[in-house]
Amino acid sequence: MQHRRTIRFLLGNELRELTDLDPTLTVLDWLRGAERRLGTKEGCAEGDCGACTVVVGRLVDGVVRYEAINACIRFLATLDGCQLLTVEHLKRPDGTLHPVQQAMVDCHGSQCGFCTPGFVMSLYALYRAEVASPGGVPDEQRIDDALAGNLCRCTGYAPIVAAAQQLRDRTTDHIDEALPTVTRALAALADDAVVETGRDGRRFLAPATVDQLADLVLANPEATIVSGATDVGLWVTKHQKVLPTVIYTGRVAGLARITNRGDALELGAGVTFTAAKAALGGLHPDLDELLRRVGAEQVRNAGTIGGNIANGSPIGDTPPALIALGASLTLRRGTQRRTLPLQDYFLAYGKQDRQSGEFVESVTVPKLGQGDLFAAYKISKRFDQDISALCACFLVTLGDDGLITRARLAYGGMAGTPKRAAAAEAALLGRPWDATAARDAKAALAQDFTPLSDWRASAAYRLAVAGNLLLKFQAESAPGAPATRVLVQRAQAFKAGCDIASRGVCNA
Amino acid sequence: MPDKTPIDIPAASRRIDGAVHDSRRHESAHKHVSGEALYVDDIAEPAGLLHVQLGLASRAHARIRSMDLEAVRRAPGVVAVVTAADIPGDNDIGAGLRHDEPLFAEDVVQYHGHPLFAVAAETRDQARRAAQLAKVDYEDLPAVLDIAAARVTGTLVTAPMTLRLGDAEAALKAAPRTLSGRIKIGGQEHFYLESQIAMAIPGEDEDVLVHVSTQHPSEVQHIVAHVLDIPDGAVTVEVRRMGGGFGGKETQANLFAACVALVAKKTGRAAKLRPDRDDDIRITGKRHDFEVDYQVGFDDQGRILAADMLFAARCGFAADLSGPVTDRALFHADNCYFYGNARMASLPLKTNTVSNTAFRGFGGPQGMVAAERVVEEVAFATGLDPLDVRKVNFYGTTDRNVTPYHQTVEDNIIGPLVDELEEWSDYRARRQAIRAFNAANPYLKKGLALTPVKFGISFTFTPYNQGGALIHIYTDGSIHLNHGGTEMGQGLNTKVAQVVADEFQVDIGRIRITATTTGKVPNTSATAASSGSDINGKAAQNAARTLKARLVEFAAGHWNVPEDAVAFTAEGVRVGEQVLTFKEVVKAAYMGRISLSATGYYKTPKIHWDRAKGQGRPFLYYAYGAAVAEVTVDTLTGEYVVDQVDILHDCGDSLNPALDKGQVEGGFIQGMGWLTTEELWWDAQGRLRTHAPSTYKIPACGDRPRRFNVRLVQNSPNVEDTIHRSKAVGEPPLMLGISVLHALSDAVASVADHRICPRLDAPATPERVLTTIERLRAQAATGEGMA
Repeated sequence: MQHRRTIRFLLGNELRELTDLDPTLTVLDWLRGAERRLGTKEGCAEGDCGACTVVVGRLVDGVVRYEAINACIRFLATLDGCQLLTVEHLKRPDGTLHPVQQAMVDCHGSQCGFCTPGFVMSLYALYRAEVASPGGVPDEQRIDDALAGNLCRCTGYAPIVAAAQQLRDRTTDHIDEALPTVTRALAALADDAVVETGRDGRRFLAPATVDQLADLVLANPEATIVSGATDVGLWVTKHQKVLPTVIYTGRVAGLARITNRGDALELGAGVTFTAAKAALGGLHPDLDELLRRVGAEQVRNAGTIGGNIANGSPIGDTPPALIALGASLTLRRGTQRRTLPLQDYFLAYGKQDRQSGEFVESVTVPKLGQGDLFAAYKISKRFDQDISALCACFLVTLGDDGLITRARLAYGGMAGTPKRAAAAEAALLGRPWDATAARDAKAALAQDFTPLSDWRASAAYRLAVAGNLLLKFQAESAPGAPATRVLVQRAQAFKAGCDIASRGVCNA
Repeated sequence: MPDKTPIDIPAASRRIDGAVHDSRRHESAHKHVSGEALYVDDIAEPAGLLHVQLGLASRAHARIRSMDLEAVRRAPGVVAVVTAADIPGDNDIGAGLRHDEPLFAEDVVQYHGHPLFAVAAETRDQARRAAQLAKVDYEDLPAVLDIAAARVTGTLVTAPMTLRLGDAEAALKAAPRTLSGRIKIGGQEHFYLESQIAMAIPGEDEDVLVHVSTQHPSEVQHIVAHVLDIPDGAVTVEVRRMGGGFGGKETQANLFAACVALVAKKTGRAAKLRPDRDDDIRITGKRHDFEVDYQVGFDDQGRILAADMLFAARCGFAADLSGPVTDRALFHADNCYFYGNARMASLPLKTNTVSNTAFRGFGGPQGMVAAERVVEEVAFATGLDPLDVRKVNFYGTTDRNVTPYHQTVEDNIIGPLVDELEEWSDYRARRQAIRAFNAANPYLKKGLALTPVKFGISFTFTPYNQGGALIHIYTDGSIHLNHGGTEMGQGLNTKVAQVVADEFQVDIGRIRITATTTGKVPNTSATAASSGSDINGKAAQNAARTLKARLVEFAAGHWNVPEDAVAFTAEGVRVGEQVLTFKEVVKAAYMGRISLSATGYYKTPKIHWDRAKGQGRPFLYYAYGAAVAEVTVDTLTGEYVVDQVDILHDCGDSLNPALDKGQVEGGFIQGMGWLTTEELWWDAQGRLRTHAPSTYKIPACGDRPRRFNVRLVQNSPNVEDTIHRSKAVGEPPLMLGISVLHALSDAVASVADHRICPRLDAPATPERVLTTIERLRAQAATGEGMA
């Protein structure tokens, strides 16, 4: 295996070539420390507030794709082959403000200003992605999603949303003008070498192919496998963990593939939540909505399906849904592969069925079929950028006679692992899918789960809602059901024609 | 664009740029959006800067048997370790210096996270790692962790207060109807986006310069001097801006500033302390949580005849500002309502938790939440619309206008304000529509509520009601402005610059806004109590008028015209028949040896307060407002959304309507967050487990109301002679968020046909909403609590 010992990326349009990097040095600490680029702020160092938002461009099929990420939990060495844009890059060379910056000024979108550079970068990412043509205006839901990962404690957000709504009739900016040059530069940086850096005996390894990855994991079974670092990043920033060896999967293009197998979708472990949302969202609207509520944009752009499964969280953003759908997992060790039902992967709290030298390669998700009813619910204190108190995902299959032939009721946050409710499922089989069946399944949940009380919810609330969601699922299955979801209700009311946010705030 | 050196071109007829009442952008807006605004962590670091980390206790209440810091000292990069034994002066950093709040715990740990020592190292990472190596041997002591436990022990951190109006006890006995209850109101983490931070640079002799994110530079100066045992004059404290404060940097910066000053003194090197977010949340005080017991007497028309309320507050281990905070809760336990007879008492309880502190509203919001619960109870008991009960109890303008603290409400506009909002928001029709929606939908229920706000403006600690300013004019005509207030995002510097620009009739770009520093304006008051522009605006106006008077006198003599022929206009300085540029006049005045520097001073008139008697006039005036909130609740999960909010708020003659609107909107969302998703959760060991944005949920962008209509009251100047007849706006709008709690309560009440008062406590998390719904359903089934 050929190893390249220089990390190469573009900071704006300037090539940076770095060696002997601390494997877990964050992008934020590098920007504020070595570079003294002080516009990017640390608000929380855990990827939850967005004050450190930067935009990263990477080459995907010959095109530079720009995405907002949290610099505070991203390791610098993972930027190999990318372009990094910070708030300092947005002003035009003549010193005038970029349209997203000017809109924020005109709409009074900053007060204390500390979160502002992060908002500006999220708005810039939205501007690049959505306001692609003259006349294009991002709708309010898209704006909310773009800004969900940025907390502001001063403004109440209305003026920032107003600023986003001003971003129409986009013209070419100086960053667009450099795009051909940047594209060529990034193409020139791409290679199939294993990138290696490190210091003080600690190593960072970034393979470019799945085979290289398999060899490296086998040779370094104690290594920490890192994808988007949306979880591992916190081990470093919050728990000051020292990671001796890091194997980064983000350069492995082959791991980020989505394959349509006809009756199933196969997602490589390196598929980001953003990419997964586009694919899985097509299977059912609830999957689209569930993935919309995984972290926020910065997290979804970095975090991966494989990482989400491999880290074995008892809550898990996607495992309850994938288990309900009957997904299977492919694990690889060297050249050996094995496949198992995803539900069997989670053995106990903090313990998964993954052997030394093995890694999650892909997950295969069956599509819904005739007679399948599906729903996914995420319950949290706050809708956006929050971790579930509980997550419930249900698949019920009705036979031609209207009786339940299959029930897969999967929950997160109810036990030490994502887990199916066996007793509740048993209560449903062979019966018509009516309110009585739902109530019986609800009653059976007490045999399935003894949840914990913590800061997200009490045990009593978790159990009560776990059951009520079965009632809701049943009610939604009935034709002509009344509105049952507050977010849907609000979105419909809003589409029916209301004022723009914060009428009259913009004094531009 | 950055403000450039002013150019003197008298236009034919013009209005200055940035006059008072203009919606001028924030003075730093261009720097905020470009990342060029400097916060303390962005200041160029002096060579040899040490990074400091605090070592924290891992017990809620314990005696320290021994503390072994050898491993900390020997850790890589460590230069110094300091403990209480290293303090040359007093180990005391509390507001008011009551000797109840040490910089470092000495013998006894008082809360989980109590700082024990500090370690200074070459890098921040080294300091953080080293701090974890301490070995502390504790002897656990019984810990009092919540209000219920504290009520049993009964220990207070400061003296309670009682307000009495009429005879509440007799009036309760005589009232046709009475009821009683209790409301629990949660605390709140400030979650300023810029965490606490301080950097100290040692100078010669005893001097030390401290850059710190604080709302109260003079107190930091005083505390640092006190801890180091040096004169106040040796300490200079500088604040250019904060990344948010909200009250959380009024006293809470003392710890960080004193710590870095101590390290700087001990090592002779510059030192910086920026705690991690989790540490910041663990070791800084929060909004006080309260339990309020109330008893109310009323009649069938919903008119309140007597109220008796006891405000028990969790203050934490030390007094800090708990005295004035609990006082202000009592001052707002009437909100807009005349109680006739009242007894209001505070119970500032000591607990083994972090010492609670100032937070936007300063106890007022908790008082007001309790008042609104009382009104809600009366509405359910009488079957009247809560809005009608509110209106029938509003203070009068000529009678029924004396508060429980015996101040007469002289500027009452709540009646017409609420009438206007009721009509504009279409309250009555929407209420009918919502009832129809609820009748048709078994799962989702809507709720609607209108709640008013009356908030008293002035520090109740009378000496704080003073301000100072300093203006220099340079010979190129540029103006250097300094005042005692601090900028935390509220736009204070913009407003004060507008005042000065308006006095001189020069474009605001001519005025250079400078960092607050104790070296320029001394003995400042905290930028708190919404008082920033009232006090500092007047002080700066006063300084400008002093300079103007000198320039007028000089110009009259120099150009030989009467003084009344000299005027500052947007075209320039009129001197008789000619119009001179500001620069020409200033230059001539310099040549004529006229001083071009002046201080300004202001003290709030009319106010006085006798705490022992519970009588006086603590407030110069009141700010008013009202909000209508509409919500939709999922009765199977307790989840909810805020669909629409309509706000009408009183800023008098606003100094800057755009900035004021920003305060109204932001304050509302912050108040809504406090009462909905923001929940502080301690475990049985007294550890705060919601200490980061991953677990403590302030409102996100998507939580804002989809329809959010905000208007400022028009043509309603302050009746008091405030700066350009404006009103303070920092705190009052936070309490507009109470409308959301009541809208949720209205939706919840629908499950029992609006016949049982839901008694929905705060924060109304989805869990608390669902729990309340299920309790109401059970009560409705048995008929318990039905009106």
